[in-house]
Amino acid sequence: MSQWVCRGIKTRIKTTHYPAQAETAPGVSPGLPLGGAYAAAVASLVNLCPTKAISPGLVKDSLIVDYRRCIHCFRCVRGATTPMRWDQGWQWAADGQKCDSVAPGSEGNRLGRVFAHSVHIIVVDAGDCGACLNEVKQLNNPYYNMHRLGFFLTPTPRHADILLVVGPVTEHMRLPLLKTYEAMPTPKRVIAVGACALSGGVFGPSFVSGAGVAQTLPVDVQVPGHPPPPLAILHGLLVAVGRQTPASITSPAPILPEATTR
Amino acid sequence: MNLSDLSQQMAQRWHDQVRVRTEPHGPCGEVECPAGLLPEIARWLFAELDYSFAGLIVEEDPAQWVLRYEFHRAREDVPVQVVVRRALAERTFPSISDCVHAADWHEREAEDMFGLIFEGHPRLGDFILHDDVWQEGVEPMRHKFQTSLAPPERRPNPHWSLRRIVQTPGAFAMPIGPVFSGLAESVHFQLETVGEDVIRCIPRLFYKYRGIEKIAEGRAPQDALLLAERFCATSAFAHALAFCQAMETIGGVEPPGRAKTLRVFLAELERLRHHVAAIEGICESTALAVAASQMALLQEELLRLSGALTGHRYLFGLLTPGGLKCDLEDDACQRAIAAAQDILRRLRQLEKMLQFSSSFLDRLEEVGVVGAKDARTHGLVGPVARASGVVRDVRKALPYCGYEAFNFDVPIEHEGDGYARLRILFAEAAQSASLMQQAGAALRPGPIHTPCPSRPGAALGWVEAPRGAAFCWLRISEAGQVARYRLMPPSFANWHGLHLATENFAFQDFPIILATFDLSVAENDR
Repeated sequence: MSQWVCRGIKTRIKTTHYPAQAETAPGVSPGLPLGGAYAAAVASLVNLCPTKAISPGLVKDSLIVDYRRCIHCFRCVRGATTPMRWDQGWQWAADGQKCDSVAPGSEGNRLGRVFAHSVHIIVVDAGDCGACLNEVKQLNNPYYNMHRLGFFLTPTPRHADILLVVGPVTEHMRLPLLKTYEAMPTPKRVIAVGACALSGGVFGPSFVSGAGVAQTLPVDVQVPGHPPPPLAILHGLLVAVGRQTPASITSPAPILPEATTR
Repeated sequence: MNLSDLSQQMAQRWHDQVRVRTEPHGPCGEVECPAGLLPEIARWLFAELDYSFAGLIVEEDPAQWVLRYEFHRAREDVPVQVVVRRALAERTFPSISDCVHAADWHEREAEDMFGLIFEGHPRLGDFILHDDVWQEGVEPMRHKFQTSLAPPERRPNPHWSLRRIVQTPGAFAMPIGPVFSGLAESVHFQLETVGEDVIRCIPRLFYKYRGIEKIAEGRAPQDALLLAERFCATSAFAHALAFCQAMETIGGVEPPGRAKTLRVFLAELERLRHHVAAIEGICESTALAVAASQMALLQEELLRLSGALTGHRYLFGLLTPGGLKCDLEDDACQRAIAAAQDILRRLRQLEKMLQFSSSFLDRLEEVGVVGAKDARTHGLVGPVARASGVVRDVRKALPYCGYEAFNFDVPIEHEGDGYARLRILFAEAAQSASLMQQAGAALRPGPIHTPCPSRPGAALGWVEAPRGAAFCWLRISEAGQVARYRLMPPSFANWHGLHLATENFAFQDFPIILATFDLSVAENDR
């Protein structure tokens, strides 16, 4: 077995420095389209989007992109006369609706600081296509290694602090998902990962599939992307424990009085 | 066998009861027969002529049921489509699953989705629509079923449970899933055991049923392509390619040479990534942590490579009927080839190291054995079938995208155990890297897209997905919308054969056998 030990040592450290430093390797993120001013191209870009993620903004000649709906079809870039500007980052995780069961030691959508460096996560696949699940799995690989940040996967809801849901929630998975949530001790938080879990994606709502996790459970953190790259999911986990600031779920961020004062 | 030989032989046996003609949907022989003759003809094709069964397509015409049974063999043989028609009021068809066991689940699916009854089938009901969630009589694939947003009124049965089969003292059933083990896809297993060995393994699937075939109906082809690409992301490119090829057959267009070569290049990149991920799964299941991490590194590198090359780590949004949506730069392709070669070099090193890890080999050798005969009757496909000595690869049997011009082997093993399946994965990964290199060398400048008209018609599309042969049947209506989109993915075939490998092996081998079978739930559940 010593050959494997040697191999491991020879490989050296591959782990990203995120969140301490930015990750610059190519291909870590598919990016997301940016909203804002698009002058005359507004109408054509709105029509190109198959999931209605792009809509005209309140300001004239501007667009708003709803990241919950973007499924990375690239129609607004490939073949568009005025391609959308592109955000190559990944820090997309945003707050979900307010969780009503605020338990002692917790702060609204966040797990309390006590959990900040030891969080156990249960993953429930509620109809996922395999991509989101595979990207969550990549968090365990040496490139991302989420253990270094105090995140651990657990197979049992009894040990879990965070319920990470992927998929649009199919009819058959609704009850298992609810049972998993109910079996978790409080305080608990729900992270919905991927466009399907946020809006139903291309699948829902339909006769067998819901329009996302929020129809079934209170969602605390939303991670958009189709699938979100591992770094985006990592950002979502860090947001859930209050170690990173959340982004806006739309681009550009809405200018609301409450949002600025909070 | 060519079409005239086929019609001659059929005429000798069944005289004028069978009508053979060149099928209007591509290069295929259409054999129309009365329902009574179906089992006989299916047996003749499958057992005597050694044809493979690809799948059953049920279509509801305004006046009649049309059932199409797809068969294919080798490159020199014409693929055969056996067609049976019956009035809508008649719902009973003969079952062929006693001779073509691969049709078993196809018939169960048709019963659940259309309410058809297959006479002689031993086990119908509770398949796609779970009996504890849906009541009987919901037939979602019928035209009259409305895909309304709210699910139809249901009376869930909380007391429903799986049927126990093993009835001996000391027997117990171990239910596993649908939420289990850190990162597993949602599926339920009922393992029945007496002590150490798994005696019966009954997977209960379709927890993730998203009704792709139904919700695709009425959509424009471009929007249905989004579904084809997204129902199973680990082989997204393959399924989208099958869809596009069906569209191109209907439209009567041929994509330009550069598009076809790039398709081969990307399809093989996806296969390479998939096989590396599958090998990682096997290392993980045997708790060989360093090997699993090393494979994970390679997988992430391939994902980043795909992301940097095409903009998406899972190759979404590249295909369109008639070609590709965006061109790739030759230089970028060459860099990707060099990176893939480097990954292959490291993969080979790891393969050598695994060959000398006895604790690892002990868990794989002579575990989860599937014999060649079983693999054939159950219609297994892909690396799993090839590890049991069944050569099936539609890149060779029904070449597409110009695969006939490339030089590659279809690796084959005969032991049929977990180690044979691992060796096949390694050998195929090497072939894929070589195909990428050949495709890169064959790239010529040129257009990447031919406009593909959306004509009414129907066609079969196929592709050798990473997990095996994937077929899809696409019908476009007069209005230019998708009227029927039937998916016959490889995981559907291989899940059906999982029990062959798991039964009569020790309980603790189950996760390892599952990993070597390399099954996707998303691909199966659609």
